[in-house]
Amino acid sequence: MKDFTWLLKMAWRDSRRSRSRLFLFISSIILGVAALVAIQTFSDNLQQDIDEQARTIIGADLVLNSNRQFPPDIVAIMDSIGGEQSSQVSFASMVFFPKSQGTRLVEVRAIKGNFPYYGEIDTDPSQASRQFQDSKQALVDRTLLLQFSSNTGDSIRVGDLGFGISGSVLDAPSQTGITATVAPPVYIPLQYLESTGLIKKGSRIRYSRFIKFDDPSQVGAVMEAVRPRLEKEDIDIDTVQSTKEDLGETFGNLTKFLSFVAFAALLLGCIGVASSVHIYVKEKLDTVAVLRCIGAKGPQALWIYLCQIIAMGLLGSVIGAAGGSALQLLLPTVFSDFLPLDVSLSISWQAIFNGIVIGLTISILFALVPLIKVRRISPLRVLRSGYESADDRDPLLWSIYVCIFGFVLAFSYWQGIGDWGDAFVFTLALLAAFAILSLVAKLITWAIRKFFPTNWNFIWRQSLANLYRPQNQTLILIVSIGLGTALIATLYFVQQLLISQVSFSSRGDQPNMVLFDIQTEQTAAVSQLATAHDLPLIQEVPIVTMQLIEVNGHTKSDAVEDTTIAYPKWAFNREYRVTYRNHLIDSEELAEGTWDSTSMENRDTIFISMDQGFAENMKVSLGDELLFNVQGAPIKTVIGSFRKVEWNRVQTNFLVVFPKGILEEAPQFHVLMTKVNSPEKSADFQREVVSQFPNISIIDLNLILSTVNEILDKVAFVIRFMALFSILTGLIVLISSVIISKFQRIKESVLLRTLGAQKKQIMAINALEYFFLGSLASTVGLLLALASTWALAYFSFDSTFVPSLWPLLMVYVIITGVTMLIGLLNSKGVLSKPPLEVLRSEI
Amino acid sequence: MSSILDVHNLTKTYKNGSNTLTVLDEVSFTIEKGATFAIVGPSGSGKTTLLGLCAGLDRPTTGWVSLDGHELHKLNEDQRAALRNQTVGFIFQNFQLIPTLTALENVMVPMELNKTAGAKSKAMDLLAKVGLAERHHHYPTQLSGGEQQRVSLARAFSNHPKILFADEPTGNLDEETSEKVVNLIFDLNKEAGTTLVLVTHDLELAQRTQRVIRLKGGKIVADQLNVA
Repeated sequence: MKDFTWLLKMAWRDSRRSRSRLFLFISSIILGVAALVAIQTFSDNLQQDIDEQARTIIGADLVLNSNRQFPPDIVAIMDSIGGEQSSQVSFASMVFFPKSQGTRLVEVRAIKGNFPYYGEIDTDPSQASRQFQDSKQALVDRTLLLQFSSNTGDSIRVGDLGFGISGSVLDAPSQTGITATVAPPVYIPLQYLESTGLIKKGSRIRYSRFIKFDDPSQVGAVMEAVRPRLEKEDIDIDTVQSTKEDLGETFGNLTKFLSFVAFAALLLGCIGVASSVHIYVKEKLDTVAVLRCIGAKGPQALWIYLCQIIAMGLLGSVIGAAGGSALQLLLPTVFSDFLPLDVSLSISWQAIFNGIVIGLTISILFALVPLIKVRRISPLRVLRSGYESADDRDPLLWSIYVCIFGFVLAFSYWQGIGDWGDAFVFTLALLAAFAILSLVAKLITWAIRKFFPTNWNFIWRQSLANLYRPQNQTLILIVSIGLGTALIATLYFVQQLLISQVSFSSRGDQPNMVLFDIQTEQTAAVSQLATAHDLPLIQEVPIVTMQLIEVNGHTKSDAVEDTTIAYPKWAFNREYRVTYRNHLIDSEELAEGTWDSTSMENRDTIFISMDQGFAENMKVSLGDELLFNVQGAPIKTVIGSFRKVEWNRVQTNFLVVFPKGILEEAPQFHVLMTKVNSPEKSADFQREVVSQFPNISIIDLNLILSTVNEILDKVAFVIRFMALFSILTGLIVLISSVIISKFQRIKESVLLRTLGAQKKQIMAINALEYFFLGSLASTVGLLLALASTWALAYFSFDSTFVPSLWPLLMVYVIITGVTMLIGLLNSKGVLSKPPLEVLRSEI
Repeated sequence: MSSILDVHNLTKTYKNGSNTLTVLDEVSFTIEKGATFAIVGPSGSGKTTLLGLCAGLDRPTTGWVSLDGHELHKLNEDQRAALRNQTVGFIFQNFQLIPTLTALENVMVPMELNKTAGAKSKAMDLLAKVGLAERHHHYPTQLSGGEQQRVSLARAFSNHPKILFADEPTGNLDEETSEKVVNLIFDLNKEAGTTLVLVTHDLELAQRTQRVIRLKGGKIVADQLNVA
């Protein structure tokens, strides 16, 4: 105990003149811990709020959804459940604002009853949500009203019917900023739906029944009894409990991903800790040798410095945790567009505790790597300055490496990846990055020494030689700056990659307007209307919806009951939107089988063609038999070919294509694709279509593109917000690495000053040295980032990454410039004081 | 009188690639308790290497050293550190004070390592003896070379060492300061009854000890007793 007190006392004394520097080492973990604590606090609060608000999110105790009208026996079952019930029919449709003559695709929600039973449709004026069903009134999304310069009291036309706008919708159950952007909601009373004329055969409609139980605890028991019957009819069942689970899982994944980004910032900070402590230990070698000489044991010397690191690590983690708790106040605002609920703001002691433990553990582990050598410093250094023990192999060092590997592996599994294999690959990749950077640094020092340009002038030679001379910082700075650059640049490139994936444009002959829900009898008239507006008919496709009943004689219940049957359950649950034609289109190519087989001429068997990837997921092969239910009529088919489909082309692409001659008489709707050159023409044409064919919906791809961009901007904001932690941490690591390296160069600079070197000569030597370091580190970091982004693009996003030159140059210039700037600012103080004063004041 | 330091056939070689450099070549001698002893020789003769081996700071290639009855080659690094703490005092040419500690704390460290009670007042007494009581709160960089060496002297005597190793103690000092420091070394040594092993190339200083050995090329070339 007495020994420990002395260790603490020595640690305190020894730190006295270097506390600010010690804190600088640790400051690089503050942001990482802050980000982790903020995300975990947010996650804890979100989970708690989901538990508390799940009922208001779905607005009822039980919600039943179907893509088809509920059959009479199901209606009877639902009616028998009792309680209070509401019905809703929702679908995408065009609406028309007479005041501004504008049209827009919206989600029409025709409702009957007092839904929502929990929470409310938040409207302005507030009574509008309770009164609109009494007459021919509609509730319209607030943004939509603003967009079309309409107000409460104006009118809106939905299909054939005009409605008075009784209020604007501010918020509704399960609505997020994003969902409202894609298809803003318009509520109308269900009793008027029929009169709108929008319900036609083949239309994609969602039927919902909301039920509020007199005793909500009965939901489980009731569902137990009716679930098999409902599932047989492919009815989706949402309860408060299932909503909690689904939301918990969805947002659990989100917060795990964000924690992972925060962990990356923390790791980056730890590299800063390790590099700073490495240089700190170098300066302490003589002190340790003296201590060893006068009788201190190796472990005692180690503990003196470990105590300092623990104290600073604790301080850094506590500051980080406090900052993180404050920062979480911002997160609900950052994520507001993605959340269907209000997130409360409260401190999570669990998150704070975890943050401190993780911050402290990881800073100790990384600091131990350079610190461990303190145990083995030879006391002989007191007699022979610079003496280093010949045997540097320390088995304990390997134990620390194993601990770090284990910690990163466990954390990446627990926090973000959730799969041991992937977590292992991530950790190995990180290790490989370390190894590559270290190797590059060593190669560079070797190459400079080997091919030293002896004919260069003094300043260039001096600065270049600093890269390999004893006490050089090449390895440390290249690893820390390089890894920081790699992390930050990867985040940036991935963001660019995601954005470029969806930024399809309506260039060339690509269509930019899609008309759908066209009834068969309307196709000719719609085509004529388009031609009258000088619009090309780029594609006109019929679509038939159907269900899969059997695969090779096996039904869904067979697949559920018999685990040896490989066909997945989802294949039976989904709705198939199918077209029929006898030719391939631009976005398809034949992968297997014969396309001719899809022709029905002189054949009895119906050969269909399937998307190759989808068939692999469904585990079906050529020649397999599929039985479809085409809205009541069973149709037996055989898989005749597989197609490779380019899904990212602006086309109507299909998983399943039937041959001509089978589905012509089935209930169907048509899609027409055209290209409109100006917004005015687009508005004119849309107005005409909505006026003549109210049931037809129009997707303006330019509008979709701007919506997608808007969503991506929001996603990009979240990514940038999280990347900010990495960037700031990288900057702190850079600053601390450079500041600490000042002490390496200080004596040399002072000696050069003493020998008569001018201030600008020393500045030039320093500037060039940091230019070389920043330049090399950022180049290697960028190369790593390019490689990792390429790998992510290839393996995760199934896309091709084409780097653009400007961002690369920008990152290079910024990192190199900042390294030089910090290096120069740092040495300025040394150069403005007399040499002796500098030597006396700097220890 | 019994011996405190036995050096037997001590050899130290260094390998540099395929070359072997012999710095010390079968050096043997014995030093009695309480004696004053000087090792002299030109630069590169192996004086400092010999001192390092005698104090257990380094391991010989062959031969052995017995310090206060302890055969150093049988002890590990930490055991040798403990022995140094209890038995040995050091004075170095470049003082080797810990830069982050004050003068007082530098003197206290060996006593604190040894868990000696009243370390602070004892350290103050020692600083007073070397004339630096007023400067006890100053850091090494705030002291002159002579003052730093006096602090180092106070630290060397803080644990009542049985043997004091001094490596060129006046090498970094001017003549006047050197004289003061040397007088202090011999006075404190006499007062405490400590054995003194002095490494120097200052022959005048060496003459103040009872016995002088001369090294050249790693071998003892002369062993001379001085008459008081």
